[in-house]
Amino acid sequence: MSAIVSAEGVSQVYEVKRGLFAKAAGLKAVKEASFTVEEGETLAIVGESGCGKSTLARILTMIEEPTEGHLTIDGIDISAGRSSDVKRLRSTVQIVFQNPYGALNPRQKVGAIIEEPLKINSKLSRAERREKAKDMLAQVGLRPEHYDRYPHMFSGGQRQRIAIARALILDPKILVLDEPVSALDVSIQASVLNLLADLQDRLKLTYIFISHDLSVVKHVADRVLVMYLGRPVEIAPKAALYSEPKHPYTKALLSATPATNPDDRGERIRLTGELPSPFDPPPGCSFNPRCPHANERCRTERPVLTEHGPTRVACFAVDEGRI
Amino acid sequence: MPLLTIRNLTVTFDTASGPFKAVDSFDLNVDKGEILGIVGESGSGKSVAMLALMGLLPPTATVTADELAFEDHDLRTMSGRERRRLIGAEMSMIFQEPMSSLNPCFTVGFQIKETLRIHLGLDRKARQKRAIELLESVGLPEPERRLSAFPHQLSGGMSQRVMIAMATACHPKLLIADEPTTALDVTIQAQILDLLVDLQRDRGMAMVLITHDMGVVAETAHRVVVQYAGQQVERQPVETLFDEPHHPYTAALLSAIPERATGDRLPTIPGVVPGQGDRPDGCLFNPRCSRADDRCRTIEPPHQSDALGQALCHYPLNTEEAA
Ligand SMILES: Nc1ncnc2c1ncn2[C@@H]1O[C@H](COP(=O)(O)OP(=O)(O)OP(=O)(O)O)[C@@H](O)[C@H]1O
Ligand SMILES: Nc1ncnc2c1ncn2[C@@H]1O[C@H](COP(=O)(O)OP(=O)(O)OP(=O)(O)O)[C@@H](O)[C@H]1O
Ligand code: SF4
Ligand code: SF4
Ligand SMILES: [Mg+2]
Ligand SMILES: [Mg+2]
Repeated sequence: MSAIVSAEGVSQVYEVKRGLFAKAAGLKAVKEASFTVEEGETLAIVGESGCGKSTLARILTMIEEPTEGHLTIDGIDISAGRSSDVKRLRSTVQIVFQNPYGALNPRQKVGAIIEEPLKINSKLSRAERREKAKDMLAQVGLRPEHYDRYPHMFSGGQRQRIAIARALILDPKILVLDEPVSALDVSIQASVLNLLADLQDRLKLTYIFISHDLSVVKHVADRVLVMYLGRPVEIAPKAALYSEPKHPYTKALLSATPATNPDDRGERIRLTGELPSPFDPPPGCSFNPRCPHANERCRTERPVLTEHGPTRVACFAVDEGRI
Repeated sequence: MPLLTIRNLTVTFDTASGPFKAVDSFDLNVDKGEILGIVGESGSGKSVAMLALMGLLPPTATVTADELAFEDHDLRTMSGRERRRLIGAEMSMIFQEPMSSLNPCFTVGFQIKETLRIHLGLDRKARQKRAIELLESVGLPEPERRLSAFPHQLSGGMSQRVMIAMATACHPKLLIADEPTTALDVTIQAQILDLLVDLQRDRGMAMVLITHDMGVVAETAHRVVVQYAGQQVERQPVETLFDEPHHPYTAALLSAIPERATGDRLPTIPGVVPGQGDRPDGCLFNPRCSRADDRCRTIEPPHQSDALGQALCHYPLNTEEAA
């Protein structure tokens, strides 16, 4: 296997106005993220709401350019690459957006939505496009008569399937899936996850799978990247992450996952403490205000990703053998 | 007297290809202070039924019901004005798509304060104070600064928390939460569910919780209603639902949960929810049910007894356990 995506020190800063006269402040949504994605694997990204997962997804799909760092996709450095190479990459990497409703044009019929990428990126005739779109509708479990309907006539879950159909229509190599099944009921979730697995086997697709549902991640991922406040804090093969989570935040995530057993109610460990603000993150380790193992060093220095067996983790307590 | 009574609710949309019944003979009782979970296939009419109750459907929808009552108010005969006063104050809703239910043209602060002005008549200063408290209560960092943010500047989970803050602003007696934690990470989900459960316990607020996350249902709900193709097919206390489902659809849904599955493909339910042209005779689930026989294909099943979860089925499961 070789890396199809490699990110080095990628950061994204948004200028956010805080009032009519106040000076704009820089909000670092993603900070110095370095990681690779191997060809054909599923890398899952999990983390707190607002920790920068969707921002990272937009960077990886070249919707936004990172303000710092290097991103190489399929051998092409996108900040230095020729524009023709970057253009080719746009069909190599496709995204399924988190909010399927906002992502679907309400004035376009479903058929037109799914065919649109083909219109721009292929030379297929109208009839061929139509056939391919109908085929794709069937693949994602929708019905042929849905071709002529508008997005508002669909349920949340059905819209997500439309978005998946559109992302798949160009036969991409890399698919960025931003919470692809969180709006779906479990039976359709199961069929979409199976569909994604089949497509991956058949087409050797690489997935970057963003999700907050750790039981879904456990089912699909090869490796897992845990983010906290814009930074990767733990990157590990799935088995290692679930059997031996290292970072205190990863541990909290695993224990907060609700179990489908009503008898287990109320046994989850709650994190306490304020959610830090992305405008001025706490000094030292970003997790320190909520971390049960924080000490003085955690409040002043920032831990970096360090190898511990198969896992890379950014935590002093792990480095020092305290936990 | 139940807080909310819905009997034989039917919603039909006028579509280009003829009338479409999105909700069919839907019944629901919600008692004061209880948490009722609703689960079911995407597109089974859960959101539409709740929007009908709130009077928020577009004019293409025709709503009929034998009974639609909130306490002693008959919602069918109420004037639009009376209904609007009730909704937002006594009964409010968190929508499935926070992004599309927040108005993109106004700041978050303006939208919350408008709700407070209309329903509680608070003055300017009190509104500002209450708005900050509300955002704090849903765990949004830097509430004061977030008040001047526009919805597109928030992450998915943050907008969902803003929606929750707005919906609980007036201490409603009934909160309808349509996928309230779908976009959130589990540590925040745990926090939000705790918040909602606290509101329910301390103020006796009743809650209808619509979700695809069986873990959330298991941990939060008291009773569970299972919907299929616009119909209620089962209703049970949460303690017994997971071990002793009585309807074959419920059983299939439970076995598709990744946590319970073994192997790299998940069990799915073959086929799709019936569409407008192909509603089968007899039991609506029969084309997808492994137990279906001629009786199921010709005769509409009855509701079984309460002990059998009122299963809408000729051949309910787990009958020995229930006896
Ligand atoms: N266009 C923008 N302008 C300003 N700030 C932004 C913008 N987009 C995102 N942000 C901020 O960047 C941070 C990261 O947002 P992002 O949407 O990437 O989070 P996320 O991890 O996807 O969260 P969620 O799980 O809730 O979807 C948040 O604090 C958000 O408010
Ligand atoms: N405005 C509309 N016009 C026509 N059909 C509609 C309209 N709104 C919804 N529908 C249809 O009504 C059915 C029920 O939709 P609804 O959104 O209630 O499903 P749901 O059970 O909430 O699904 P999900 O779990 O995916 O949110 C769907 O088949 C949908 O396509
Ligand atoms: S570095 Fe310190 S504060 Fe950060 S996670 Fe580790 S122990 Fe906790
Ligand atoms: S009535 Fe028959 S087809 Fe319908 S759910 Fe029961 S066994 Fe299956
Ligand atoms: Mg996101
Ligand atoms: Mg819905």
